[in-house]
Amino acid sequence: MKISRQDVEHVALLARLELTETEMENYTEQLNSVLEYADKLQKIDTEQIKPTAYALPLENVFREDEVKPSIDRDTGLNNAPDATDGFFRVPKIV
Amino acid sequence: MDISYKTAAELRELLQSKQLSAVELTRTYLEKISRTDATIKAFVTVTEKEALDQAEQVDKKIKQGLELKPLEGIPMAYKDNICTEGVLTTCCSKMLETFVPPYSATVAERLQESGAIMLGKLNMDEFAMGSSTENSYFHPTRNPWNTDCVPGGSSGGSAAAVAADEVVFALGTDTGGSIRQPASFCGVVGLKPTYGAVSRYGVVAFASSLDQVGTLTQTVTDNAMVLNAIAGYDPRDSMSARFEKPDYTKYLVNDVKGLRIGLPKEYLGDGVSEDVQKVIRETVKTLTDLGAYVEECSMPHTEYVVPTYYLIATAEASSNLARFDGVRYGYRAEDAEDMIEMFIQSRAQGFGAEVKRRIMLGTYALSSGYYDAYYLKAQKVRTLIKGDFEQAFKEFDLILAPSTPGPAYKFGEKTDPLAIYLHDIYTIPANLAGLPAISIPAGFSNGLPIGIQFLAKPFGEGLLYRAAYTLEQNTEFHKVKPQLKEVL
Repeated sequence: MKISRQDVEHVALLARLELTETEMENYTEQLNSVLEYADKLQKIDTEQIKPTAYALPLENVFREDEVKPSIDRDTGLNNAPDATDGFFRVPKIV
Repeated sequence: MDISYKTAAELRELLQSKQLSAVELTRTYLEKISRTDATIKAFVTVTEKEALDQAEQVDKKIKQGLELKPLEGIPMAYKDNICTEGVLTTCCSKMLETFVPPYSATVAERLQESGAIMLGKLNMDEFAMGSSTENSYFHPTRNPWNTDCVPGGSSGGSAAAVAADEVVFALGTDTGGSIRQPASFCGVVGLKPTYGAVSRYGVVAFASSLDQVGTLTQTVTDNAMVLNAIAGYDPRDSMSARFEKPDYTKYLVNDVKGLRIGLPKEYLGDGVSEDVQKVIRETVKTLTDLGAYVEECSMPHTEYVVPTYYLIATAEASSNLARFDGVRYGYRAEDAEDMIEMFIQSRAQGFGAEVKRRIMLGTYALSSGYYDAYYLKAQKVRTLIKGDFEQAFKEFDLILAPSTPGPAYKFGEKTDPLAIYLHDIYTIPANLAGLPAISIPAGFSNGLPIGIQFLAKPFGEGLLYRAAYTLEQNTEFHKVKPQLKEVL
C-alpha cells in the first residue's frame, strides 16, 4: 500500500475532517487505487515543460485600489449559525 | 393549446402575438413540474410565487405592445450551485441545506435582466462532485427516458428538467463534463463555453481553473440564444476574458462544406460501447455526405487525461471547500468544545462521502512532500494535453468525439470511484485545455439517448454551433422525446 493509514489520518487532520473507522479503511483503499492510477503520470518526461495553472493566458488581473461597496454587516450575518453583537460567535480557540 | 416541448424561439412568438400570456405559460410549466417531478425529482426548490410575479411583469410589457427580448417570459431553472439572491442555494449538500445567498451570480443577474422566468433550483451531485446525481444529499434524479437509469451528473437535474419539458432551458456547470455528460444521457443539447467566456462570480467553486457555467436546451438554436444572454466579460470574475462577444445565433447556419473535422483515434478504443461506435460512424457519414472532411487525428496524451484531472480538480476543490467551516454560514456541529473541533465535526457531518474522498485526495496531492510529484506534475501534463489540441487545431477546425463511453446506466450500477472517474475521459480534455465543447443528440441505444461532442479552439463557440446546428437539421434525433406518459 502506497498510502498508509497514518498518512490518511494525517491528511484528514490537514483537511479538518474526522473519519469513522469504516471511512478510514475505505478511503485508504480507494485513495491507494486512485493514486496508483495517477502514478501513470510519472512515466512522462516533463523536465522541460512549464505547468499550466489556467488555460487562459491571463496574469496579474488588477483593479484600482479604490474602496467599493460590499455587503452590509447585517446581511452578512444572515446565514450565521451563531451571530451576536454583530460578530460571528464560535467556540473558544484555545 | 398544446405547448409541450416548444422551444424558446417558438414560445417568444406565441407570447409576442398574444396567443399565450406569460402567466399562462409559467403556470403550465409549474403544473408540469408538480406532475412530472414527483417521479423525475429534478427540482430541489420551486419558486412558484416569484415565477408568477415575474411573469406578470412580462404580461404588462406585452399589453403595452412593447417588443419582448429573446428570452423574456421563458421558464427556466438553475443548477443549485448558482447563487440566487433570497432563494435557497444548497449545492445539494447538508453543508448548505439552509443557505440563502445575499446576492445573485452574474449569470443569474443577466438572465433576470433578460426577462427569463426562474422556476426554481435543480438537483445535482453534492458540490458538483459526481457523474450521476446519485451523490445529491436530498435524493437522486431519474432519467426521463428510463426511470431506472441515472440522468448523469453533476448537472443531472438540469438535463432531466429540460428533457422532461419541466423547463425550456436550464443552466448547469461543467468542471469535467458535468453539463455534456448528462446532456448526452438525457438527449438534450449541452454546451460548456470556453474557459473565461462566462462569469463564475456567484457560482459555488469546485475547481477554479476548470469550472464553467453552461447551457442546457432542447435545440441548438435555443442554446445560442441563452449563451447570448450570459456570456461576456465580468470584472467580478478575475479569470473572465475580454473578448469580442458575437451574436451566437448568427452561426446557426446549415452548412459544413469544407470544414475539417478531426476524430482522435485514441477515443475509439476498447472502452467505447458498440452503440457509441455506431453513432460515431453514422455521424461521420452524415458530416461527410454534407461536404465536411472528417479524418483521423491523434491526441497522444489521452491516457493521462483522467489522472491529471483528478489530481488538479481535487487539489483545487480541497482549497475551495476549506471555507466550509461552520463559522459564517452553513452547517455547524453542535457541542464542539473548541473551534478546531467545531471545524472538524462540522465538515465531517456536513459533507457527503464523495466530497470527503475528493478533499482527502486533493489535500494529499498538495501536501508537503507530495506537491511536486502530484499537483505540479499534473499541471505539467496538463500543458502537454493542451498541446495535443493546439497541434490538432493546426490541421482541423473542429474535433469530433464521443460524449460518453456508453448510454445512461442504472442506479447503483457503478460504485467503484475509479471506474466512475474513467467514464469522464471524453469530456475532461475540454476542461483541462479550456476549450468550448458541445454535446448534441446523435442516436439511441435501447431507447436511451447517445450524444456526440464537438470541440473548438478557444472562443470558437460559433463554429461549434454551426456544426451542431447542421447535424441537428440533417437528423431527426432532436425530435424524439421521452415517453413521459408512463412516468405520470
